Amino acid sequence: MGRYVVRRLLQMIPVFIGATLLIFLMVNVMGDPVAGLCGERACDPATAAQLEKEFGLDKPLWQQYLTYMGKVFTGDFGTAFNGQPVTELMATAFPVTVRLTVVAIFFEIVIGVTLGVVTGLRRGRPVDSGVLLATLVVISVPTFVTGLLLQLLLGIRWQWISPSVRYGTLDELIVPGLVLASVSLAYVTRLTRTSIAENKRSDYVRTAIAKGLPRRRVTTRHLLRNSLIPVVTFIGTDIGALMGGAIVTERIFNIHGVGYQLYQGILRQNTQTVVGFVTVLVLVFLVANLLVDLLYAVLDPRIRYA
Amino acid sequence: MRGITRFRWVAGATAMALTATGCGVIFGSTGGGNGGAVLSSSWGDPQNPLEPANTNEVQGGKVLDMIFRGLKKYDPRTGRAQDWLARSIETEDSRNFTVRIKKGWTFSDGEKVTARSFVDAWNYGASLRNNQKNAYFFGYIDGYDKVHPDSGTQSADTLSGLKVVDDHTFTVKLNQTFSGFPDTLGYAAFAPLPRAFFTDHAAWVKKPVGNGPYTIESYTRGSQMYLRKWDGYPGPDRARNAGVTLMVYTDSNTAYTDLLAGNLDLVDDIPAAQLKNVEGDLGDRYINTPAGIIQTLAFPYYDKAWNRPGSEKVRTGLSMAINRRQITDTIFRGTRTPATDWTSPVLGPGGGFKAGLCGSACDYDPVRAKQLIKEGGGIPGGQVKITYNADSGSHRQWVDAVCNSINNALGNDRACVGNPVGTFADFRNQIGQHKMTGPFRAGWQMDYPLIQNFLQPLYYTGASSNDGKWSDAEFDRLVDLANAETDTARSVAGFQKAEKVVRDNMAAIPLWYQNGSAGYSARLSHVALNPFSVPVYNEIKVG
Repeated sequence: MGRYVVRRLLQMIPVFIGATLLIFLMVNVMGDPVAGLCGERACDPATAAQLEKEFGLDKPLWQQYLTYMGKVFTGDFGTAFNGQPVTELMATAFPVTVRLTVVAIFFEIVIGVTLGVVTGLRRGRPVDSGVLLATLVVISVPTFVTGLLLQLLLGIRWQWISPSVRYGTLDELIVPGLVLASVSLAYVTRLTRTSIAENKRSDYVRTAIAKGLPRRRVTTRHLLRNSLIPVVTFIGTDIGALMGGAIVTERIFNIHGVGYQLYQGILRQNTQTVVGFVTVLVLVFLVANLLVDLLYAVLDPRIRYA
Repeated sequence: MRGITRFRWVAGATAMALTATGCGVIFGSTGGGNGGAVLSSSWGDPQNPLEPANTNEVQGGKVLDMIFRGLKKYDPRTGRAQDWLARSIETEDSRNFTVRIKKGWTFSDGEKVTARSFVDAWNYGASLRNNQKNAYFFGYIDGYDKVHPDSGTQSADTLSGLKVVDDHTFTVKLNQTFSGFPDTLGYAAFAPLPRAFFTDHAAWVKKPVGNGPYTIESYTRGSQMYLRKWDGYPGPDRARNAGVTLMVYTDSNTAYTDLLAGNLDLVDDIPAAQLKNVEGDLGDRYINTPAGIIQTLAFPYYDKAWNRPGSEKVRTGLSMAINRRQITDTIFRGTRTPATDWTSPVLGPGGGFKAGLCGSACDYDPVRAKQLIKEGGGIPGGQVKITYNADSGSHRQWVDAVCNSINNALGNDRACVGNPVGTFADFRNQIGQHKMTGPFRAGWQMDYPLIQNFLQPLYYTGASSNDGKWSDAEFDRLVDLANAETDTARSVAGFQKAEKVVRDNMAAIPLWYQNGSAGYSARLSHVALNPFSVPVYNEIKVG
């Protein structure tokens, strides 16, 4: 198992380099970042040249990439155009987004898996059809519609919540987390439902029932544990997607997280911010995937890594 | 089974890590000032560090407007430049100025505002080494080419045109006559700076110190700034509230929603999508007043097709094919008014605004438009492509509407199309590289309320914002003459003469004057926007 983890970690290196290089190239294709700095007028050539020199933009691209990567390994992610170190932006943005993701994943697991189990066990009954229909609606409605609608109803009409997030604390993030989770939640429900329904007829469940185990124990220890494998895979990959893909939700609810910083970075063509944040997201994604693979072995003792 | 227990450990550690990041946070801490006589206002993250000579957008400008006072201040209602820290600014030849500063002004850290505070600040702003984006504002001062050469390294550190005479007097020598120079001194770039700015620059940028009616109490970059009323402020325009909390919003729609929910007191940018509801939502707590902003369509004169004899007829024809009134009414709901000259109503008739100067060339007349375009040799390439940035404002809507109007007038569905560019930065980039093949969106927000500021930077040969590279010897000559006039009225008349050259060539198509709009909560009163579309914070009363 130790060797497996080491091998996986080594595999991450080329993926990491490739992903950052791609992002670096893509951001640079967007054009000269200095052009957008002077408002509706051209920067005077002398200042523009000076700024390019300061941000290292006058060097060839490969050299910029090498310098950048060299600095990243020493923990220096460069400076944003407003003079703030990118690491400082990360220190404010990531905790909020991590909290938001945790809330979202929590809802996915609690609501999604519960609904999945309930519907999987009662396949074809009205509960099942009702939940299926509901998930279909959730999947087909875009996140920004759900977000704005909940914001309008809960925030302004009924005044249950504050329509915007101010400090990014957990209680403020409940509704945004639910909105962010909504689509994935529907998928988790459907995945669990199918998986449960399938395994319900399997030999080991029949054996467990035959040897007289209580129904509750059969469901939780045998049926659910085996049915969760595809769900765990989905949730694992979803962590990365939720952290990087919260741009819409973060804008609607005024959350100053990763999505907001990325959006702002792209608008202002701030290479350093965008590459830095994406690099960290790539890492998160890789680690999450590794953890998912390790979790398989916990859930299914038949899986061995060497 | 040894392996399995270890896997369990990994899984457990993951769960614990998640719990630690997730739940180790405080629930609902309250920071900054809100409530009481402190008002909260929407804000955007300033693009540049908050140095006066480095701030060229309205969000950073908002803060500078609260924490700095310069030699002049623009009247929030009329836009007229009034002496503020200046006791007098005298000149005999419109080139050599003697500036006398009032006594008794200090920075909020106790330091006295002296002639040196200004001279040092201006030298800092002009110096190439400091990367100040507003450096060109000092371009009129003698010696600018030495401290800020177009290429190469600077050969001087200070402007030779600035001389400190005594604690409260300094002289300015310009490299050309410019009668309007004193009136430009209300711009934030000309603010005085305390010694702390130079001695501990990093700390100053984290928490700027100025001489305005507010002091910065706390500043969390990217999220909020709390400005407290400065009790020791010596000026006559003391803050009438206890403070202002500026809060960064990710989206203007969210800020508006927060205003409706009672979580925010002031929104100074009503999103376009809400304009149709705003009067119902806010009633008389919605303000919509003219600002010094004009939107135009500029042309690429480096492209031969747009710069041949007769193409001014095509441009005039296009101008007459645009139904400005309909677009401002339906898309902008009265937050823009059709332009009839190349300046802005906030200048007032005395300042050079002249309604109707454009004449029939700005009137909607589809028949004449079609005829003019035909006389001028038709649209180059058979199709007008209007380039704009699609990332902000409601540019797409109005460009589509303008094209629709042109297409209808010409009876050709393909005469005009919009050409969106993804980001503002890329849009500026393409303009800088002369990649425009047709008209493009050009907006101009004045730096100071002078007719000169609406003409010279945009249409003078080689000027900083002459993006289309329009060049006309007669226009340049008239501008030089007008700048040399010592009498304001005659100078303004001179500029208007030059403006007529712009009109006759239709150098750029004026579209509409932009208003500033804002909404506020019932807690506030005396809310107004100045001609720069920034709320006049110090006059707002809470409760």
